[in-house]
Amino acid sequence: MEKPLTEHIKNDGTPLSLKEYEAKGGYEGLKKALKMTPAEVLTVVKDSKLRGRGGAGFPTGMKWSFVPMGDNAPPVKYLVANGDEMEPGTFKDRLLIEGNPHQLIEGMIISAYTIGANMSYIFLRWAYHLAAKRVLAALDEAYKAGYLGKNILGSGYSLDMDLHTSVGRYICGEETALLNALEGKRANPRNKPPFPQVSGLFGKPTIVNNIETYCNIPHILAKGAEWYISISKSEGGGGTKLYGASGKVKNPAIWELPLGTTLGEIIEEHAGGMQDGYKLRGLLPGGASTDFLTPDHFNIKMDFEEVAKAGSRMGTGTIIVMDDKTCPVGMCLNLEQFFAQESCGWCTPCREGLPWTAKILLALEEGRGKPEDIDHLTFQTHYNAPGNTFCALAPGAMEPLQSALKYFREDFEEHIHTHQCKYKH
Amino acid sequence: MAKIYVDNIEYEVPDGKNMLEACTSLGLDLPYFCWHPKMHSVGACRQCAVMSYRDENDTRGRITMACMLDANDGTRISINAQPAKDFRAGNIESLMINHPHDCAVCDEGGECHLQDMTVMSGHNYRRYRFQKRTHNNQDLGPFINHEMNRCIQCYRCVRFYNDYAGGGDFGVFASSGRVYFGRSEEGTLESEFSGNLVEVCPTGVFTDKTLHKHYTRKWDLTSAPSICQGCSVGCNILTSERYGKLRRVMTRFNGDVNGYFLCDRGRFGYEYVNDEQRLTRAAQKDQNSGTDAFSAMKDHLASNPKLIGIGSPRASLESNFLLKQLVGADNFYNGVSAIENEVVNEVLNVLVKGNVRTPSLAEIETYDTVFVLGEDVTNTSPMIALALRQAAKNLPKEKAFALKIQHWNDAAIREVVQDEKGPFYLATPYATKLEEIATSSVHGNTKSLVQLSSKVADLISKGGDHQEDNDFAYRVANALTLSKKPLIVSGCGMMSKEIIRCAANIAGALRNAGKEVGVVFSVPEVNSLGMALLGSAGSLDDAILQTEKESGMTSIVLETDLFFRTNSQKANSFFEHSGKTILIDSLENNSTPNADFILPAGTFAESSGTMINNEGRAQRFYQVFKPNNDIKSSWAWLDMLMHQAEKERNFDAIVEEMANSVNAFQPISGLAPHADFRIGTQKIPRASHRFSGRTSMNADVNVHEPKPPVDEDSPLSFTMEGYHGKAPSSDIPFFWSPGWNSVQSINKYQIEVGGPLHGGNPGIRLIEPSESGVSSFEVNDGSADNGKIEALPSWFIFGSGELTAKSQAIMKRIEPAIISVSSATLKNSGIEGNGKITINSGEQKLTLPYKVDENVPAGVVLIPYGLADTMGITFPIYGNISMD
Ligand SMILES: Cc1cc2nc3c(=O)[nH]c(=O)nc-3n(C[C@H](O)[C@H](O)[C@H](O)COP(=O)(O)O)c2cc1C
Ligand code: SF4
Ligand code: SF4
Ligand code: SF4
Ligand code: FES
Repeated sequence: MEKPLTEHIKNDGTPLSLKEYEAKGGYEGLKKALKMTPAEVLTVVKDSKLRGRGGAGFPTGMKWSFVPMGDNAPPVKYLVANGDEMEPGTFKDRLLIEGNPHQLIEGMIISAYTIGANMSYIFLRWAYHLAAKRVLAALDEAYKAGYLGKNILGSGYSLDMDLHTSVGRYICGEETALLNALEGKRANPRNKPPFPQVSGLFGKPTIVNNIETYCNIPHILAKGAEWYISISKSEGGGGTKLYGASGKVKNPAIWELPLGTTLGEIIEEHAGGMQDGYKLRGLLPGGASTDFLTPDHFNIKMDFEEVAKAGSRMGTGTIIVMDDKTCPVGMCLNLEQFFAQESCGWCTPCREGLPWTAKILLALEEGRGKPEDIDHLTFQTHYNAPGNTFCALAPGAMEPLQSALKYFREDFEEHIHTHQCKYKH
Repeated sequence: MAKIYVDNIEYEVPDGKNMLEACTSLGLDLPYFCWHPKMHSVGACRQCAVMSYRDENDTRGRITMACMLDANDGTRISINAQPAKDFRAGNIESLMINHPHDCAVCDEGGECHLQDMTVMSGHNYRRYRFQKRTHNNQDLGPFINHEMNRCIQCYRCVRFYNDYAGGGDFGVFASSGRVYFGRSEEGTLESEFSGNLVEVCPTGVFTDKTLHKHYTRKWDLTSAPSICQGCSVGCNILTSERYGKLRRVMTRFNGDVNGYFLCDRGRFGYEYVNDEQRLTRAAQKDQNSGTDAFSAMKDHLASNPKLIGIGSPRASLESNFLLKQLVGADNFYNGVSAIENEVVNEVLNVLVKGNVRTPSLAEIETYDTVFVLGEDVTNTSPMIALALRQAAKNLPKEKAFALKIQHWNDAAIREVVQDEKGPFYLATPYATKLEEIATSSVHGNTKSLVQLSSKVADLISKGGDHQEDNDFAYRVANALTLSKKPLIVSGCGMMSKEIIRCAANIAGALRNAGKEVGVVFSVPEVNSLGMALLGSAGSLDDAILQTEKESGMTSIVLETDLFFRTNSQKANSFFEHSGKTILIDSLENNSTPNADFILPAGTFAESSGTMINNEGRAQRFYQVFKPNNDIKSSWAWLDMLMHQAEKERNFDAIVEEMANSVNAFQPISGLAPHADFRIGTQKIPRASHRFSGRTSMNADVNVHEPKPPVDEDSPLSFTMEGYHGKAPSSDIPFFWSPGWNSVQSINKYQIEVGGPLHGGNPGIRLIEPSESGVSSFEVNDGSADNGKIEALPSWFIFGSGELTAKSQAIMKRIEPAIISVSSATLKNSGIEGNGKITINSGEQKLTLPYKVDENVPAGVVLIPYGLADTMGITFPIYGNISMD
């Protein structure tokens, strides 16, 4: 089984230095790319069927193709790596940055070359101090080695790269809010269209991709699109995926597996199944903002299509497992309090609806629930549906709740009727 | 045009609109909060949700925000579909969960957009059972009240204050349900346009503090269409009264003039109307008052004394006209200094003789390149500054439009524009606030600015490319030459005729170069241009010379405080040399003790009339109430004096006489409906149909309900009786429409949202340039006396206006009178240390404290215009300075 993204990450907890990275074939992809035209690189990426790893699974090559190119294109363009990773339960990008920062940098350089950007930023979660330190060190090495800066490897192409550490808000991971934050403005999302490819950072054409997405790029360039598709088990996309599991499983961790590995294989084989004395009741397949799935779904492939068919989203591919001793209402409360707190406050349904939702869930947990509360929670899940709110934060927040109301409704009802949470005893 | 479908009905709408605009223009009711007709869409509040459908086969549809949806050919929506209705009801319910529901004690109550939208959206039962969040409120200064708990987070306030008006001391803080709109710390709002928050905010967060002092609900106010008298721009306002007191001023939408906004001088400068210093009785010196005093005046005039009249740029056209008729053209003087008279006449001269058009206030926003010469418009004509701030965004916005971003997509446009402004150039005697948005600016004395602007005009005339030269004049000339629609802005602020001519010459050169150029002049007062058009035998200085030459004449002084207009020596000389003096004015001032007779004049609140603004636009204002004392419109007193009558003729008769005898004023007879105008058989009521307490208002005096006063001068009635539909656009006393009690009801008065009022925007332009007009006026740059210090006025929105400065809230904002001077100038004059300095020209002498301001050009000192300590100074002064 091939693990291009993680195979070289060391076990001693230190990052690959530039030397070590180069020794493992690092920056070969870049060298190859610089000998191609941007249009040729774009074709390779398109052919690879790489889909964005930030949660929505948008085809990366197609995203890039919307950037204006050619002589009439705006002279200033930007490339941004989204390393906000504040989605509860998600820690895959951290592993990639801390373990092999040059892989990210190389991916970004190739990507920036493809869209003709000369300035790039790594937008990093505030709490990722170690990652920040390692990125800075790696940037330093890359500049010194001529991979960044003016006239990269004599190609005539120039690129600068900077690290921006966020102040720590979940909404900063939403790509347009991220761009506002990067500009020093309030992290409110923007309306689309115009898309960032047309008017992004400082109103200039901009590409935002997830950290993991960029980390795929050097390998696609080095080994080709066909190889990339061949290592995937999914119809809809190429490559491997970093899957993770947290919760009461025997072996909570991150694994690089072929895209489309089944849910059952991830939980049973890689995570080692549930800890003794716990049963799996449900799981969030791709982070906090995805719908619950149940053991009935173990057969489905963890890819964008099949998870969607099952009524959830693959999201970040990092699974949060809920066991039978954890209160589903309490878990929803925990999540909704997080989302309510992280609402940017721009649009009404999210700003008012999420705190209200959290307050109802707290009331349920504290035995103050009322019969009409279930209807109201259901109302909130509809009210905050996609399209009703300004960005995807609130609809995402509603995903665990709406599915919990579907799969664990009796728990909600019991809280109301018995005026208590049985899991607390 | 685009064909759209709303609830399966086909409509044709103009291209480039969003669906909320389109529906609102069609007269359909669709609730909204964050969208504003002038500030457009950001999609935040989610209140304008509708169902949108791909095509006629799409039966499911999806919730979409109308304000963010293009009204393209084939766009298909439903306002009434149940899911959309449910969504809007749920959205209002959510907005209201933290709202204090304190309508009963909220100043917005009864004219609250949130109330209206709540009713319209159909939310009425509160399900939220948890604690509300609360905020601390801030003291934002004398104008605006802050009650953050009522906020519904529509973001309109920041969008107006910061994005639209360029403010920097206001913002939005925190996130989630805690977002907070205010200042980073308590303190007076610094923007000159802060008062608009009262109207922009859809609920009771920002309310009018001056109204609060004598609060009345909108439905209990008697209101009238009026014209702001705060400066020469002549913004359209609504005045409101109850119990004989003026309660507040609000914006009266006029799409050609001020649109939706006002400046703070205009909005809060009305309080002098209620001042204790108001003259309320006709009076005779040391004798009786009331009817007897007036009889004595009549008797005196019946003896046919030789008359001299002092007219006023703050009095209506009608009043000035009648005074001129009464005293005779040869004896009618303009009550301003010789220099002001000369400069204002020069403005009229270049507008009438020149070949360049002066745009309306609204049109100012459409120019793409601006050069401001000499004028501190933020302080002399604030709304021009607001319009210029919009003009400065035009070229940068083109970049957004090139990316196919819709004209209404406000946040997206701002994203592309970033901080880019201009081209926008300033050449002024001191650093003005517009420098915030300037491409580049220079400061200089009159002579250097005349030289600079002559060079600019010259370079433009010569044509060609001056790219390589970095000199300011070259850069300005280049920018103007490259522009499609350049605008030159100047005014009387420097009291220099040459500056006016230089501005006209630059504009003329651009006109000759085929540009769609405009030229704007700010003039000192509300009716300065009207006075110039009316014409006079001379200035106040000429009048004083005349009285000194021929003493004993009876002088009739109209709405002029001589001590504000000239130094006390000259003013005293005038009164000493006059025989009897009849003074017609509204407020006690330094001139009143010198009068033999006093006639109490109505302010804009108690009188009607016509004013001509800086654009040459004749505009009608109406009295809002009939006071319970001797106060009358000045023209009424003059008419009675002239005709030895106990009662004035009606207003129409006077307008007719004026229109017939002054050619330029002919169009004014058609400015507004005449007094006999009726809708059906009905007059237009100044009071709403919900007006309460009429039978009891006077009960403490008399239990019998008094007969309501009759307005013989206009189609308006003083009561609630009359036609409650829409009045003609010039005569709208308040904006109201069923279900729309707030200012948002303006939508219902417009042909299309943001567009002209039904029946056309009121006002008539009296001056148009002619193709064959002059493009160059002779300039003499020898203005400065060599080696002398030049003292120029510095202007203050709060303080430089004679009457507004007597309003309580404004008084709290007036800065002390301090001379500004650079350290180089001080050094040259051998001045060191703290203290006061004296400027002395021989003729004029003034001592004031000073402060060092390195932006003031060498050889120039700045003296605040029109403050209590500086009134009566005639600028410019050429002299020397010394330590007191
Ligand atoms: C509330 C919210 C938070 C998000 N957080 C992240 C994040 O932390 N990292 C990330 O890559 N994408 C995040 N996204 C998705 C981004 O908006 C965007 O789709 C993504 O960065 C695109 O990258 P990709 O095409 O490589 O997937 C978030 C989206 C939302 C709505
Ligand atoms: S859904 Fe609305 S309030 Fe919530 S984060 Fe997005 S824009 Fe902000
Ligand atoms: S203060 Fe008023 S204008 Fe500002 S966000 Fe709140 S409700 Fe809107
Ligand atoms: S700009 Fe002038 S006319 Fe307009 S509101 Fe202000 S003071 Fe009044
Ligand atoms: S008015 Fe459309 S979202 Fe606010």
